[in-house]
Formats: sequence, C-alpha cells, structure tokens
Amino acid sequence: MESRFRVLFLILAAQFVLSGCAATKNLFGFGRDEAPPPTAEPPGQVIDPEVERREIKEPKIDKENFEIGAFAGIMSIEDFGTDLAYGARLAYHLTEGFFVEGTVGQSEAGLTSFEALSGGARLFDDRMLTYYNLNLGYNILPGEGFIGEKRAYNTQFYLIAGLGSTEFADDDRFTVNFGAGLRLLLNDAWTLRFDFRDHLYDIDVLGEEKTVHNLEGTLGFTFFF
Amino acid sequence: MAVADPYLEMHTGPARGYPVFHVVDRGESVEIIKQRTDWFLVRDAGGDEGWVDQAQMELTLNPDGSEVDFQRADLADFTNSKWEIGALAGDFGGANIVSLYGAYSLNPHVSIEAWGSQILGNFSNGWMASANVVHETWPDWRVSPFFTLGAGYIRTEPKSTIIQGEDRNDQVGHAGAGFRVYVTRRFLFRAEYKTYVVFTSRNDNEEVEEWKVGFAFFF
Repeated sequence: MESRFRVLFLILAAQFVLSGCAATKNLFGFGRDEAPPPTAEPPGQVIDPEVERREIKEPKIDKENFEIGAFAGIMSIEDFGTDLAYGARLAYHLTEGFFVEGTVGQSEAGLTSFEALSGGARLFDDRMLTYYNLNLGYNILPGEGFIGEKRAYNTQFYLIAGLGSTEFADDDRFTVNFGAGLRLLLNDAWTLRFDFRDHLYDIDVLGEEKTVHNLEGTLGFTFFF
Repeated sequence: MAVADPYLEMHTGPARGYPVFHVVDRGESVEIIKQRTDWFLVRDAGGDEGWVDQAQMELTLNPDGSEVDFQRADLADFTNSKWEIGALAGDFGGANIVSLYGAYSLNPHVSIEAWGSQILGNFSNGWMASANVVHETWPDWRVSPFFTLGAGYIRTEPKSTIIQGEDRNDQVGHAGAGFRVYVTRRFLFRAEYKTYVVFTSRNDNEEVEEWKVGFAFFF
C-alpha cells in the first residue's frame, strides 16, 4: 500500500519536474522543437505583445484664452472738455486673429463754454459719464518692438468696433464705438495695451440733437488667464 | 510629447507672424506649458520655451507612441453643447436694443434661455428681462432654424429732456423665430425676429417688433 503511494508520488513529482524543465526551456528559448500549444486566437494575431502598457493620463492643458485688465487715460467729451477716464475690460480670444471684448469705463464731464461764461447756471447736475460696450476685435500686424539694443517685445496691432450704451446727462444713449490699439506682450501672460477709441452717440442736451464724437486714449495692463 | 514631424518650429509669440527662433528635432520631447487659442507654449529638453501652432503639435506623439489628439470643438459640439452665451443687437420697435443671453440645452432640440436687454430710443429708454423656451427643428444642421416663446418684464423710462412721463413696469409676452449658424470652433452667429405684446395698464396692449443679430459661444 505504502509503496503504491510512493510510486504515485514519484510520478507526480516527475511530471512536475519535467513540466518545470519544459517551462525553463521555453523561457530560455530552447523549446523550439516543442509543438506550440493550440490557441484560440485568430491566425492574424502573430505576436501577442506582453509589453506592460503604462496608463498615461494626458495632463489637462492650461488654456489661457481670457484677457482681463484695467486702463486709465483721457477722454474728450464733446462740448464738455477733456478729463480722466478709467475702466476695465474682459476679452475672450477666439482664434489668433479674432477676439470679443466687453469694456466698462467712466469719466467726468467738465463745464461747457456756456456754463463757464454764464457762471452758475448748470445744464444738469450729474456730470459722470459711464459707458459699457461689447466689441469684436481683430489682431493685425504682429511684430516686434525693440527697446534699446537688448530688449525686444512682441507687439500686436488690433482693430476693434462695437456697440453699447453711454449714461450721460441723466439718460442712457445707444453708442457705437470703434478704434485701434497696440498690445505689447511683456511676457507670456502680461500685456501692456495702448487703446484709442471714438465713441459716437446722439445727444440733445444743448438744444438740437446731434451726433457727438468722444475720443478716448488709454493705457492699461492686461493679464491672460 | 515626442516630436514625430521632421522638426517643430518654436515661434516667439502665439501668432503666425512672430518669427521662428528655435527648432526642436525629431525624436526629442517637449513639455506643454499652456495653450492660447491654437498656439501651445512648449518647453524642450534644453529649457527653451516657444509657441508652436496646433497643426504641428498634432504631429507629436504621446509617451506611449500614440498620436496626440487635441480636442477642438466642431459641428457635433454645436448640436450637443449644453451651455451658450451671446450678445445681440438690433431694432426694437424703432429703438436700439443691446442684449445678452445665456442658454441651457435640455436636449439637442429644446433649450431654455434668459435674456437681459437695454433699450435705447429717441424718446425713452428701458430695460427688459425675459425667459423663453427655444425649439430647434434640425439642430444638426449648420444653419439651424429655431422657434421661441417667452415672457418677461419691461421697464420704460421716458427721456429726461423730452417727455415728463413716469417710469413704467409692464409684463411682456413674445414669440419669434430665427436661426443659429455655426461659424468656427465654439463660435456661432445668430439672427432672430420676435414680436412682443406689452401688457400695459392702459386700455390697449402695445405690440412691438424686434430684429436682432449677434454672436454667441457654446461650451
């Protein structure tokens, strides 16, 4: 009985060792003469790559298409003199050419010649001019500006036009604006902007209704995010 | 990202006009720092940073050898996008109107919108806020027509120099039609006609016709 078990054990052990040898042979490339094990794979699949694939997550690319900034400069309000103007703008860049931009700005009107000469009688009290506009801009003439011998900044000229409203002399007025500007790209995020606009609206504060041109020149910084 | 194109041209700025100042050879790899419109700021192994356009970046390979696929909005996104914001301007019963709106799509056919408008006329100014439902019959078309129904409030303020009137708040109902046109990327053109009924406190209701055109983005 005992010997029978021993024989069985030997057979099992022998099988294990032989199969182990076969595996080792395959491992070291000596198993060429052995018949390949039958597989269920389609005949097209010749090589089964056992390369470990790394799971790669593409990092989310930081998209910086928005441009935000503040500006200050001067605005000439027709018939009301020239004064400080300031405001803020937010732009979204659609392509390397086109961008849309919203601007809000403010300026204070001075006295008309009539008010100054008559000494006292004011046409209206609230002298604040506040405007907003929505614009479409297009970048043209990309180039480089050199400051001294060693510094060069990328520059960009743009044309811009849009619609909005101006609150002045107790009323809101439909306003068309157009202009041009220059961007000086200080680095990959900050930009210095010179901007010149003409704001047109109809006003009848001085009697007859007329279209006025308010010219504005500003300097500002913007940041891409 | 490995360079698969013969070389990758680095520009000094994010536009075609800026000069090429550095070239990365095939087989080298670059790291993407950020993206602005169709331009990518990349850094190469030597630490040089420059702007590369999307067409060239698409020819680079991921570390596992697969091709890089930069997502770019297309006509399918125009049909299936959830959110949309835009600005339109036009004529509101003889006055100028400037509007901003935001829309949310419940499905490709039906969306709800919220509008805020400023009305700037010769005799009076005003503000209007409204909400409406939009139905697009063929949302997968490049030029997609729609119909809309809505309601809101309008505030009318007579101009200070002309009429000594009082400010009024009235309810409005409106119906309209128009079309959205896919332009490029996330950008669309929109034009619409609406007819408004202003429920005034006087004996007769006012009817106002409105035409507007403008642009919008979807995301």
